[in-house]
Amino acid sequence: MNLWLVLAVNSITFGGLLFLLSAGFSLIFGLMRIPNLTHGSLFMVGAYIGATFVLGIRGFQMNIWLAAILATITVAALGALAERLLLRRLPGDQLAQVLVTLGLSFMAADLCLMIWGGDPLSVPTPAELEGFVHLGVLVFPAYRLAIIVIAAVFAVALWLLLERTRLGAMIRAGVDDPDMARVVGIRVSQLFTIVFALGAGLAAFAGIIGGPILTVYPGLDQDMLPLALVVVILGGTGSLLGSFVGSIIIGFIYNFGQALLPELAYFVLFLPMLLVLLLRPQGLFGRHVP
Amino acid sequence: VTTRFIALFVAFAALITVPQWMPGIYYVNVASQILFYAIFALGLNVLVGYAGLVSLGHAGLFGVTAYVVGYMLQLGLGHTMAILIALVISLISMAIFAALSLRSTGIGFIMITLALGEILWGLAYRWISLTGGDNGLSLKTRPEPFGYSLSEVNIFYYATLIIFLLSLAATTVFVRSPFGAALMGTRDQPRRMNALGYHVWAIRFYACMFSGLLTSISAVLFVYYTQFISPQTLALTASAEVLLMVISGGAGTLLGPIVGATLVVAVKTVVSGFIERWNFLLGAIFVAIVILMPDGLVPGSARLWRSIWRKRQSTGKIPSGAGAKP
Repeated sequence: MNLWLVLAVNSITFGGLLFLLSAGFSLIFGLMRIPNLTHGSLFMVGAYIGATFVLGIRGFQMNIWLAAILATITVAALGALAERLLLRRLPGDQLAQVLVTLGLSFMAADLCLMIWGGDPLSVPTPAELEGFVHLGVLVFPAYRLAIIVIAAVFAVALWLLLERTRLGAMIRAGVDDPDMARVVGIRVSQLFTIVFALGAGLAAFAGIIGGPILTVYPGLDQDMLPLALVVVILGGTGSLLGSFVGSIIIGFIYNFGQALLPELAYFVLFLPMLLVLLLRPQGLFGRHVP
Repeated sequence: VTTRFIALFVAFAALITVPQWMPGIYYVNVASQILFYAIFALGLNVLVGYAGLVSLGHAGLFGVTAYVVGYMLQLGLGHTMAILIALVISLISMAIFAALSLRSTGIGFIMITLALGEILWGLAYRWISLTGGDNGLSLKTRPEPFGYSLSEVNIFYYATLIIFLLSLAATTVFVRSPFGAALMGTRDQPRRMNALGYHVWAIRFYACMFSGLLTSISAVLFVYYTQFISPQTLALTASAEVLLMVISGGAGTLLGPIVGATLVVAVKTVVSGFIERWNFLLGAIFVAIVILMPDGLVPGSARLWRSIWRKRQSTGKIPSGAGAKP
């Protein structure tokens, strides 16, 4: 298969994972006005928990999809708990909230190192998705295709949730004007918990299904958090479309950058972000400057 | 005023005689570490405390200086040239850093500095032909200004002390000058300052440059102290560590960052003797301080002291009007 095509498929796959990661990041930012610096940790914790389930606890192995659901629920609950117990204590103090998420991310990274050790865990690709799919003359690895499909399904589901349900309307109202939303009777603080849990769950889910591609290793959180940050600065905060487009762009730049300019890949990754900051500070699809 | 003078004198005497009363070379080295980290924290505090701009990318800048010193020495330049070039390049980097991140304040500033810091970390980590990647760069020698060899532990301490005192004096003058007052004005009331005719952006920019200068100076001391620089120095953890120094001591005070640097370096040195898990403790202290003592140890304990003092004065009196407030 053509090298460029392989790179393109990898880019879209990675973009899909980034979308799952950054959609939650963007919503939390939009609603609570803070960058959630634990987002990379949630991704990594989800990946570790999922990997543990898949590789088996005392010989009891689990299907990756079941593991994904369980780990997603666990991490979503952890996220809700952190929001309720810690962030809730600092209402309106955004700087303190950011610092708390930063502190939590260090604790999470160290706990993971303590529990799972320093060796990377490789998660096996599920048996039913090994091998390749033939589409006409082109051949695609089945698992990567599956991730693209899953990300697309989630994108549609999130869009429906935000645009077509009562909860979504409440979240949108909270993003646009939290004070006014409170006045008309929306319990914004309850939305905080819901959105935080949703974002945590999405990040964890991305971590697990990304496991077979990325492997799970200490430092995964520090690799993913800046990417989520770049996607959201690029796409604009609180915008689902923004994080979708941003993810695909960053997915392409990341993969092509690593193939073509391995030493400067990280630098190239941040160039579009700098351009956006200079020319359009609110991001491609954002409505207000962070 | 007299108590403050006596306290300053005692502190100064204690600092000067550190090599005499410390139990060993190891502790003198710890004292040197505390001093150059205190310079770093003073520099960050100019932004966090006096300008109200929280940077999470300062370790990146710190790393630029350290790497340039290391690289220039590898190219065969002398120490003086290496340090001068490092300071110039760092200030240019700081200017770019500031120009980009000052497009925004508050949370936006945090995000942009975080991203810029990560870029620099990524460059240090991946640009192997320049930085040696994970293996880092080592420095073979320390300089010998005026014939004093900085390889001597005590002499390195005194050199660090002199630079620390100069930096502290410069910071004191800086924040107490009319410019410092204007800077605090832009922190508290940027719109009014603008209306009064101050150039808010320029004031913040100069504050960034001053902060960057102190950061680079401490980085020069750091790189000669460890004689080694690796991407770990630029990691987000490092930026958070120095931010913890500022916040735990008390942002916006002169003493706070020094107390914070002492606390963090001491805890790190003591704790690393027992457990490897320093990051967990760092995170836990961070969360605890932000929630329990948000304005830091120095203002926090000053307030505690005042309230105890006031209570002692007012005991015996009938609490007038207590509970009668509308």
